[in-house]
Amino acid sequence: MLKILKYSFYDLIRSRWSYVYFLFYLILGFVLLFLNNDVSKAVITLMNIIIILVPLIGTIFGVMYYYNSKEFTELLLAQPVKRSSIFFGQYLGVAGSLTMSLVLGLGIPFVLYGLFKSDAIFDFSLLLVTGAFLTLIFTALSFNIALANENKIKGFGYAVLIWLFLAVIYDGLFLMSLIIFKEYPLDSFSLAATMFNPIDLSRTLILLKLDISALLGYTGAVFKQFFGTHQGLFMSMLMLILWTVLPIWRLVHKAKQKDF
Amino acid sequence: MFYSERVLVFMLLLWVKCLVGNTIPICANCDIRSIKEGITVASDFDTLLIKKGTYKEYNLLVNKPLTLLGENYPIVDGEDQGEIIRIVSDNVTIDGLFIINVGTSYTTDYAAIRVVESENFVIQNVVLEKLFFGIYLEKSKNGKVYHNKIIGDAIDEYNSGNGIQLWYSKNVEVEKNIVQHVRDGIYLEFSDNITIKNNTSTDNLRYGLHFMFSNDDVYSNNTFENNGAGVAVMFSKRIKMTGNTFKKNWGTAAFGVLLKEINDAEISGNTFEENTIGINIEGSNRIKYINNNFIKNGWAIKVLGACYTNSFSGNNFLYNSFDISYNSKLNDNVFDQNYWSEYTGYDLDKNGIGDVPYRPVKLFSYIVNKTPETIVLLRSLFMDIIDFSEKVSPVFTPDNLLDANPLMKPSK
Repeated sequence: MLKILKYSFYDLIRSRWSYVYFLFYLILGFVLLFLNNDVSKAVITLMNIIIILVPLIGTIFGVMYYYNSKEFTELLLAQPVKRSSIFFGQYLGVAGSLTMSLVLGLGIPFVLYGLFKSDAIFDFSLLLVTGAFLTLIFTALSFNIALANENKIKGFGYAVLIWLFLAVIYDGLFLMSLIIFKEYPLDSFSLAATMFNPIDLSRTLILLKLDISALLGYTGAVFKQFFGTHQGLFMSMLMLILWTVLPIWRLVHKAKQKDF
Repeated sequence: MFYSERVLVFMLLLWVKCLVGNTIPICANCDIRSIKEGITVASDFDTLLIKKGTYKEYNLLVNKPLTLLGENYPIVDGEDQGEIIRIVSDNVTIDGLFIINVGTSYTTDYAAIRVVESENFVIQNVVLEKLFFGIYLEKSKNGKVYHNKIIGDAIDEYNSGNGIQLWYSKNVEVEKNIVQHVRDGIYLEFSDNITIKNNTSTDNLRYGLHFMFSNDDVYSNNTFENNGAGVAVMFSKRIKMTGNTFKKNWGTAAFGVLLKEINDAEISGNTFEENTIGINIEGSNRIKYINNNFIKNGWAIKVLGACYTNSFSGNNFLYNSFDISYNSKLNDNVFDQNYWSEYTGYDLDKNGIGDVPYRPVKLFSYIVNKTPETIVLLRSLFMDIIDFSEKVSPVFTPDNLLDANPLMKPSK
């Protein structure tokens, strides 16, 4: 498995897209800090970008890589290599290189602008952790989609759709249901609904740091318990891990059964 | 001739003596061993010099103009019996005492030091601990409460008292006091022309500062931090709040400042930082908000209704989750030349004022007012999209609520 991981990883590292992705974050980081000069404000702006862009790139990249390396995968399948290690290795190669581009691309400018001296270090590391999780989750989701669809166009379509759904449409439906059922106690429901969407989950995780004062404005024992204590942080982290593990498990499981 | 001269000298001596007074030492080995005894033997304008030691006394009635001066903070222990010092005379000074264990009662407001219908009192350098009410001024005038430290241990609202309470008092200066862990840090009722300066009121159960029906008061350079419900000011006219800091008042009903029925006030140069709501305004008119800083609050300003002719200018709104929340479509308040960190306009003529007006009320804040649970969707992309569309063409938010001259740089 490690060999395949290494191969995929180096393959991607050598490819142009990893560099483009890395450079994009590098420039973004520098520009934000150049314009603001305030690390904590830049963290807020970055959050908005990360929770939208990272899933999108993770999805597109995952699908693209899977379809591109399909012939190579089939070649590998003919060899005496375990299926789970082929797909798992490829997945980790993609997700790993994307995560590395993200962490290095954003990390370098922030460190140069005195991150270690500012009090935003915890917020920033939380941001990177969330970004890494989102990469892992959405790459896994896209691998699942690609595995299920032989047709490239269909696969791409579903991948973009799932991103669009989780990033925008889900929140719209969520909002509508909250407004329609506003006569009922909704605090448990709204927290649960947040848990079922990794993008919302990451957003909540970051809100816990940035907008805690606003979140505590709502009267509700469940909210208070969730946002006011460390429970929120633990729950969100746990759910993110679950969100990562489940698609990967399904990927490995499906790959074993699939008839190539 | 000779005789009358002697009388005159005697009279003069008596007068000087009256004015300056004797010093009566009180300590465990002195002639006078208790403060109560000291007060009884003292004549007007004497000083009771209370030396270091523990005095288990309560219900001390100061009924003549005396100075109670503590040396190295003698402890006056009330043993939870009731009130400790009651001042009923003019010109009394209390200085340098360490008063503990005021009795708790559900029917009487026992205080460590109570001033009743007196003038020209000074209470300074006093330390109060384990108290019910701290310093209680009742129908008193022209006094000074200076540099005291009040540290309570309040747990429940119903059996705790206030740190410094003024009731029907006038012309009092409350300065440089530290109040912590009581119910209301500083409480004023029916008290006019009071100056509250440089105090620190933190970690109180309910309000850091609470006043009602108190007009023409000045509050400046105080710090109110981490109080149960922040600061509440109600039913008062012509007050002035300048240079205060309101910080970290978190909770469902916590405010930096709650203004209710406040008219003709001036609120300037204050800092509101990390509160759930910076200022909550209800039924308050003709207030000038100038040069305040609103930093990282949940809501910088929440306007609930019946607020007319208020003006906001030169304020800095920095990184608040919501800048302004309105619950009606009517607006009679003016926003002009404020700095908004979320302003995205441009300044082509480089005069420091943005060329595009800024709309501080977001659609999302309107939605959160209607359905509070939607707060979990804060900063979601979907919300940004509908906020943007509302910004372009306001439907739900007051369309004349805008800052026509938003500043490009924070005002100093």
